[in-house]
Parts: sequence; C-alpha cells; structure tokens
Amino acid sequence: MTPDSPPVLKFEHVSVSFDGQIALDDVSFEVREGDSRILFGAAGSGKTVLLKAALGLVRPDSGHIFVFGQDITLLKESQLSDIRSKVGMLFQESALFDSMTIAENVAYPLFNQKAIHCEAAEGRQKVVDALRFVELENTLAKFPSELSGGMRRRAAIARAVVTGPPLLLYDSPTAGLDPITANNIIALIVKARDASRTTTLMVTHRYQDGNLVAKFRYNLEGGRLEHVTGRDPGFDASTRFMVFKEGRLVFDGPQKELEESSDPYISKFVLKRD
Amino acid sequence: MLEFLKSPIQTVQGFFILAGQALRNILRAPHYTQDIFLQMDIIGVGSLPIVILTGFFSGAVLALQMSRALSEYGQVGRTGQVVAITLVREMGPVLTALMVAGRNSSGIASELGSMKVTEQIDAMRALGTDPIQKLVTPRLIATCAVLPVLTVIADFVGMFGGSIVAAMINIPARQYWTGAWRALGWSDVVQGLMKPFCFAFAIALVGCYYGLSTTGGTQGVGRATTQAVVVASVLVFILTFFITKIFVSGVINI
Repeated sequence: MTPDSPPVLKFEHVSVSFDGQIALDDVSFEVREGDSRILFGAAGSGKTVLLKAALGLVRPDSGHIFVFGQDITLLKESQLSDIRSKVGMLFQESALFDSMTIAENVAYPLFNQKAIHCEAAEGRQKVVDALRFVELENTLAKFPSELSGGMRRRAAIARAVVTGPPLLLYDSPTAGLDPITANNIIALIVKARDASRTTTLMVTHRYQDGNLVAKFRYNLEGGRLEHVTGRDPGFDASTRFMVFKEGRLVFDGPQKELEESSDPYISKFVLKRD
Repeated sequence: MLEFLKSPIQTVQGFFILAGQALRNILRAPHYTQDIFLQMDIIGVGSLPIVILTGFFSGAVLALQMSRALSEYGQVGRTGQVVAITLVREMGPVLTALMVAGRNSSGIASELGSMKVTEQIDAMRALGTDPIQKLVTPRLIATCAVLPVLTVIADFVGMFGGSIVAAMINIPARQYWTGAWRALGWSDVVQGLMKPFCFAFAIALVGCYYGLSTTGGTQGVGRATTQAVVVASVLVFILTFFITKIFVSGVINI
C-alpha cells in the first residue's frame, strides 16, 4: 500500500437526520486500507447510522461518502450493488433471514450479489469454508431460530465474510453476549482481519473489544490471538479509535491518546487499568 | 392545518411509490418464481378452509333471509336467482377479500414488519437484493392470481349452501339450480372476477406497505398489522362501491 492510495472509506462533512432529529452531524474521517477503526459512543450517538451510511442504506442530507474512491452519495440504489458486494456487514441483531437455513443464509450474498459470479459447487464449498471459519460447520441445515445468540452472531459473521470483502463493518458484535462468547466473537473479527488484511470498522460498547483488536494479532499457524503491541510499530498505528457524542465525532486518534484523554465523556469508554 | 394533512398525504404517496415499483418489477429480472409459488400456497391454499366455511354459511344465510323476504310476494321459488346474483356480484368477492385481508394483509404486514425491525430488510439490500423485487412483487402476483380463484370457490360453495337451505324449505333442487344458472349473465361474471382482482392489489400492497414502513420495534409490528387489516378491509368496501357503480352505470357493457 502506498500512502497516496485512495482511502477505503472516507466521510466528508456528512450529516444525517431523521424527522428533524440529527443522527450524524458534520462527520469527517477516512480509513486507509488494512486499518482498523473502533467506534465508541453512547446509545443513539449515530454509530449504527454511520455504518449504514457507509453502505448506502441511509442517505446523508449533506456531505459526501467515498467507498473505494467512489462517491456513493451520487449513486442510485441500483448502482450501489457493485460497492455493496465489496463490503461485508454484521448487523446488530445478526439479521439472518428467518425463513432460510444457515447454509442458505451464508450462501445468500454469493448468489444474489450481481457483481459476484459463483458456480453452485464452488458456492457450496465457500459456504462450508466460511462456516468452518466461525466453527459452525455442523449447523448447515439448521434455522436461525434454532441457534443461540452467540451462534447466530457467528453465522452472521460467516455471511459477512463469505465473499471475501476488502471492507468489513461490525455493528455491536458483542452486544448482549456473555464475556466468554464476546471474546470468541472478537477473536473471529481479528482473525477475519488478519487472514486477508481486511479493513475493519467495529462499533462496540466494551473497551476490551477495542483493546483486543488494537493490541492483538491472529496467529494463523497457532490458531490463537497473540499480543503484538510495542513490537511492531506499523501494527500499533493501524488501529484508531473514534468516539461519538450525539452525532458528532468528538475523538479520533490512537489508543494511547484515548487513554490519556481528560474529557469526561471520552474517558467513560476507557477501562482504566491500574 | 397543513401539518395535519402531511402524514396522510405522505402515506398515500409512499403507497403509490411502492405500488409503482412493485408493478415495474413484474417485468424485470430477477424473477423469484419460487417465492411466487410459495406465497400462492400460503395465501391460496392456506385461505381455502376459511373461504369455504364463510362462503357456505353466507350462501345458506342468504337463502334463509331471501326466501323469507320473497315469501311475502309469493316468489320463494326465485330464491336461487337472488342467491346466485348476490353471491357472484357482491357477497362472494367481498367476503372472500375480507377473509383474505384479515388473514394475509396481517400476515404480510407482520412478517415484513418483523424483518424490518430486525434489520433483515437492510441486510437484504446490503446483500444485493431489492426487497421490493424479492418480497413485495411475489406477494402481489400471488394474491392477484389466487384471490379470483378463491372467489369462484366461495361463490360455488355459497350456492351449494343456499341449495341445502332451499331443500329444507321444500324448493326443488332443479328449480333452485336452474334459477341460479339462468339469473347469471356475463356482466355478473366479469364483475365478480374483476372485483377480486382489484381487491388483491389492495390486500397485498397495503400489507406490504405497512410492513415495510414499520418503525419502533415489536410494538410497531403490532401497530402495522392492525393498520394493514383495517385499511385493507376499508379499501375493499370502497373499491367494491366504485366497481359496482361503473358496471351499474353501464360504462362497461357486456
């Protein structure tokens, strides 16, 4: 990657409002290839809207959003499918289709994204691989309602990564899960990121989630997370944190700066380690 | 004053935009044929028991009431004619549509509403599918295809119900059926088939519109379901008035 390559995702003075209520207020930032972003913020501070805006699911009132260098605010719904096929998204409540089995759910983007052409046999193999990736290969024929919350979340991650998108968006992947399951989910997110240097945006409430993403790398040979911070300056710089307050971006910087911030709102999201 | 009108006008506008998109999608690829057949099964075959029951008893009660009214003029023998005309022109289409509205407008609204509040609609768009193409158009096609068929079944079962009552009050079966057969003209049949076709648009699109515009979690799903049934049922009555008016005034001559 050269420093001049266009950012994978760029927001330029983006504002979004619903029925007069401001959801995003003049938000500008950019994410470069291979970087990770952790988004913190109180409920209703606009984090989910931001992820949806990045996919073109929500249209901004003003400002521009660039995904892979293309201004998606100028595109029509039918023209967005090309961009969307390159972006994987995990929705807050998993958003698996209830009427389909897990295998059909995971296969859905392979056979419905217009920009992706996939043979039936190749697709089946990809589905199995994606489900193996999240350690759910035994649930192919089950329906989402038969799975636990954590398993549903994992199946949804499989659906997000099955097409191998270069940009992944995670909306509160650990919300409502117990700490052990939550850590497993984060390990999967780190694994998805490090297996193919995917650009990652993650909305979360838990500081530990951000800490794991920022400080750990997935060791593909060892099959587990390993602490790398301090040993690789390039890796340390690749994760940045953003804090939102009532639709405004109030903090954008590396973890060290976040931990040292004296702002009372920002420091609420930081888990102090004594 | 204007604020007061804003919300209903927006609803009507949203409804017609959805209707336009759903109709346009009928001619556009991809076609979700499997979904169309699945919906035809759910809406058509699924509604069959209640349509048969309501059809049978409405025909029977019509025969009972009409024979009593006709007896004042000494015309009890014409019960078959009255039952046939009333059923085919009005009662069959409207009662069937009301049953299907109660069963399927609500079903569609609650299913799409749940999908909306659990972000499945957003996920569908994110995964490269137009939710209107995938969800609305198949339901519209399926309802338009099965509602006229259900109406024909209800009409026939209703006439059969009437014939049983007629037999109970000693009207010969032959007289009842000949009267019923002779009473019906092409205009009645066309009217009786055009109505369910128009009602199908109202039932499917109202259900889809309220489902897709659901906001506010599970409570919103409940609200959307109720609104869909109420609006679809009222629309059935409004539409039947205007279609009847068109036929009675002779705009369409058959």
